Amino acid sequence: MEFGIFTVGDVTTDPTTGRTPTEHERIKATVEIARKAEEVGLDVVAVGQHHNPPFVASSPTTTMAYIGAQTERIKLSTSTTLITTTDPVRIAEDYATLQHLLDGRMDLMLGRGNTGPVYPWFGKDIREGIPLAIENYALLHRLWREENVDWQGRFRTPLQGFTATPRPLDGEAPFVWHGSIRSPEIAEQAAYYGDGFFSNHIFWPASHTARMVEFYRQRFEHHGHGRAEDAVVGLGGQVYLGRTHEQAVNEFRPYFDNAPVYGHGPSLEDFTRQTPLTVGTPAEVVERTLSFREYAGDYQRQLFLIDHAGVPLSTVLHQLDLLGEVVASLRNELGLAAVPTQTPAASASGSAA
Amino acid sequence: MSDPIPFRRTSPGAPGGVGRAVDVRRVVVVSAGLSDPSSTKLLADLLAEATTRVATERGAVVEVQHVELRALAHGLTDALLTGFASGEVAAAQAQVAAADAVVAVTPVFSASYSGLFKTFFDVLERGTLDGVPVLVAATAGTARHSLVLDHALRPLFSYLHAVVLPTGVFAASEDWAGGGADSALRTRIDRAAGELVDRLAGTRAPAERLDQFDRDVAAMGSFEDLLGG
Repeated sequence: MEFGIFTVGDVTTDPTTGRTPTEHERIKATVEIARKAEEVGLDVVAVGQHHNPPFVASSPTTTMAYIGAQTERIKLSTSTTLITTTDPVRIAEDYATLQHLLDGRMDLMLGRGNTGPVYPWFGKDIREGIPLAIENYALLHRLWREENVDWQGRFRTPLQGFTATPRPLDGEAPFVWHGSIRSPEIAEQAAYYGDGFFSNHIFWPASHTARMVEFYRQRFEHHGHGRAEDAVVGLGGQVYLGRTHEQAVNEFRPYFDNAPVYGHGPSLEDFTRQTPLTVGTPAEVVERTLSFREYAGDYQRQLFLIDHAGVPLSTVLHQLDLLGEVVASLRNELGLAAVPTQTPAASASGSAA
Repeated sequence: MSDPIPFRRTSPGAPGGVGRAVDVRRVVVVSAGLSDPSSTKLLADLLAEATTRVATERGAVVEVQHVELRALAHGLTDALLTGFASGEVAAAQAQVAAADAVVAVTPVFSASYSGLFKTFFDVLERGTLDGVPVLVAATAGTARHSLVLDHALRPLFSYLHAVVLPTGVFAASEDWAGGGADSALRTRIDRAAGELVDRLAGTRAPAERLDQFDRDVAAMGSFEDLLGG
């Protein structure tokens, strides 16, 4: 079981001060947040990929390489790598390079991206989102496993005897998660290959996540990768922590009320009841997080969103201090070692190779 | 395409017609009146009453449930902004999903259905009304809006794959002039209710209707199909 944070790299005005960080500040903040995450004992930091304002995270592997050079232990991942609009050949090369530079301390999560206008900038069409995800990953999967690839598909130039370089570290492809909110095709894809499935979780009611995860688990077993309960599941989460419940709620409310994704809609209290968002003390976050297992089963990766909606860097770093306490308690409750030496995802990757 | 993917669902899924007598048909009346008393609610009640009466005359048993959208207004806006429904909105959606037929009644605002009325159907999961008989009705201050049934409501429910009944019921202020529905309006109400009860005999049980996730799974085929594009 791994614990970490994921970010989408949004540049959002802090609604309490009216201050908007520059792109430079936001990019450097991502690095500082990652270093702090390692310091407080988290296992994973995942960065996003977006190609339109207000996001700065268009080049995840550049950011990951820089973070990797400044950290020693924490694993780097993505949330998500766009499998639809990024050439799978470039994904194969970029992430294999990263794998070498980081001595294997990385994996990646594939996603489709739901911003329609972005697709045509890369010569694609959002209406082909699922077929793009399926075909592009089929190619990526081969590029990491076969030295000479002949390829012909609908969406990119054919390849003849093509070798993606560098070859994956020790001949073992990076571990892949497939992220989706509500497309069973993506859960099926993850199950077909025996890869991980990550449910975004945070903007939807638990009943929805439960169904997607259950479907993936059954299909994972169907495709012969092991028992359903051993399928590799990851969940998102969203927290804001305080020393007291009231402090957390009062501090987070202006960010919640103005958040780009759900602001000006439900109350903080309603949204907290309806989705996994938890605002409160470390003990409250521990209890809520443990409750996810009641409907998702034993799972392998829990990522928290803590740095969006204009929350300033200083606050995010303080949140990480508290999140470190949360994760220590969660490991304790789950009977896990204080610092995992071998993560389930990494061992799953090993057995699949 | 090969056989649909087998998937045994153990978590709670679409609300279906669980736990009721086989031959009781459930009609859900959705009304978007804002004032109290509202002529929209009044018309909705008359349609419900007529449906029950005609059903009884024909030896059928109908259970009527009411969904009044005014009480859901905040929740509907939240659902628009978050992309999912919860609480009372989710409960109302479940009622509609478990209905054998729907009566939809809206006031006319700016020459069409009201925004509140439309929002309810905007956030209703796709497929909920597939093949479901829908009786459309509207109220307005003037008879000059009467074509709203055919220019606005009918296309909306056709798009949602509902079966819109031939008779829609429109009531303008003048139809209530005598202190209640006049005889011409009552005739239209009874005719529409008769068509609704006729349709109820042939409807599929709601449990057979699939929700969006089930439909997506059923439509996708095997992974080899997906790989083959």
